[in-house]
Amino acid sequence: MIRSRRNEIFVAYVLMAPFIVVYAVLFVYPTIRMMQQSFTNAPLIGPGKWVGLDNFWRLYSDRLFSVAIWNTIYFVVLSVIPSTLLALAVALGVNRLKGWSQSTILSAFFLPYILPVSVVFRIWSWILDKDFGVAQYAIAPLNGGQNLSIFRTIPLFMPAVAFITMWWLLGFNVLLFIAGLRNISSEIYEAAELDGASRWDQFSRITWPLIWPITVLVFTVQLILQLKIFDQVYLFAQGGRVDATMVMVQYIYKQAFQMNKGGLADAAAVLLFLLIVVLSVLQFQLLRARGER
Amino acid sequence: MTASDSAVLSAQYDAGRTAPLRRVDAAGLLITLATVLGAVFWAFPLYWGLVTTFKPEYEVVRPGVALWPEHFTLENYGHVLLQTNIGLWYLNSLITSVAVTIIVVTMAAGAGYAISQLDFPLRRFFWWMILASFMVPIPALIVNHFILMSQLRLINTLAGVVGPQLIAPVTVIIYKQFFDSVPRDFREAAVIDGASEFQLLFRIYLPMNWGITTALAIITFIGAWNLFLWPFLAVSSEEKMNITVGITQVHDAFGVQYARDLAVAMLAALPVALVYLIFQRRVTQAIMLSAGIKG
Repeated sequence: MIRSRRNEIFVAYVLMAPFIVVYAVLFVYPTIRMMQQSFTNAPLIGPGKWVGLDNFWRLYSDRLFSVAIWNTIYFVVLSVIPSTLLALAVALGVNRLKGWSQSTILSAFFLPYILPVSVVFRIWSWILDKDFGVAQYAIAPLNGGQNLSIFRTIPLFMPAVAFITMWWLLGFNVLLFIAGLRNISSEIYEAAELDGASRWDQFSRITWPLIWPITVLVFTVQLILQLKIFDQVYLFAQGGRVDATMVMVQYIYKQAFQMNKGGLADAAAVLLFLLIVVLSVLQFQLLRARGER
Repeated sequence: MTASDSAVLSAQYDAGRTAPLRRVDAAGLLITLATVLGAVFWAFPLYWGLVTTFKPEYEVVRPGVALWPEHFTLENYGHVLLQTNIGLWYLNSLITSVAVTIIVVTMAAGAGYAISQLDFPLRRFFWWMILASFMVPIPALIVNHFILMSQLRLINTLAGVVGPQLIAPVTVIIYKQFFDSVPRDFREAAVIDGASEFQLLFRIYLPMNWGITTALAIITFIGAWNLFLWPFLAVSSEEKMNITVGITQVHDAFGVQYARDLAVAMLAALPVALVYLIFQRRVTQAIMLSAGIKG
């Protein structure tokens, strides 16, 4: 018995070993280093002196950092809420269809989701291209007949990137909503129809309350994901006035890799880290509450 | 419910419904129409990008909306395949994505099995750490990943691109959940027959969850192929770039060539698009699993 217990522990650690090594080296160590370094004036590569909370004070007074925070929040608001609501609408529409028509329509909405961000970037910079983009036929009349460079017009930048992000990721949300809708028993709807409930009644009294947990899930997943926005904003701003449209991860990138300020970058990273961990804990609690019901 | 009951019920049902049925169906038709139009709108950018790659450059910049090329050509693909580094980037993407997939799935299956089925010291601690790491935003770690990789002399290498992608808590969590739900009887029967833990894992637990392994492998591959931020930071030399980085960071010396740029993009999307179209069901299953919905 003791032999087999020892054997069990041995096997367990053999199986856990790769995981433990990877996590220790690539996850725990960098996380601890990030926190340490945020209190130093280290460059990107090399040691730094302990400066206490200096970096955090500098972030507090850095205008660019507040711009980055506001842009991130602005982007989150522009992308998360519309894409959650639109995904629900699409899911309701797709869910009415049957068989191959359902899977075809669903594919149309889902296919963009599996594309690399670089491909999304290429497709949309072609569609919105100032000189030859097909969207200019719709944009020019609104701009007094002039073609407009969307990504060089600062007020339009974030809404455009948020819209493209919604185009890219909507399929994921639609999929979750459809899974939720399929879990609602059709008997409830049949009973409601017998009672003469209108389509709107059915939606507001049955679908909406029962789909609410999925709505919360989709919303929080998007929220956490979009706070980490970098790729699209970076790619579309390339060659433009990058600072005006800067987001938080991009600020970390700029301080570390372009200004060579590792300590300051890590201070910003710690703030992003804390923000997302707090939101994730909240999400986890929400999901657990859902699971227990 | 007896037959007559149900007959009465359905008669009432029909009587009550015939009148409003038509009106409701008009609304339903409108909803379906809106959904179809939405799908066309959603698919258009992809179609437009694809069809542009089959046009000669002079047709591409011509005014008007031509939904089909006048002169269908593969010249753009020929050019990018022969004149750019795309082959090399493809190979880099393939090597790193396959490496990430194999390592992540192997590691997660082992850890998931140990945590699910075995009793060992610190088991709860490791489980807690996996759940905790699920919450950590990886982009916050880019600076220290870069420092670590340069200390290990792995910047500008494919191994350096792979490294930080190996943090995949969701995969472990999903494996654990599925191993948890394998009935204990299988285990006990096999133990009586003298099976070792490794045999249990490879002969029972993994084969029983083969579908999950496929689903996780596919979604991990797609994620690794599509990743932009880390490969973009870890590599600066053109020969070591992934395709997602290469197509946005290296520009043709001849100025903007719309059709060629798009042809490169379409080639970059090809593997993941193919994987999705072939394994559609597995992809959707994996996505729902990773969001915490058992599908």
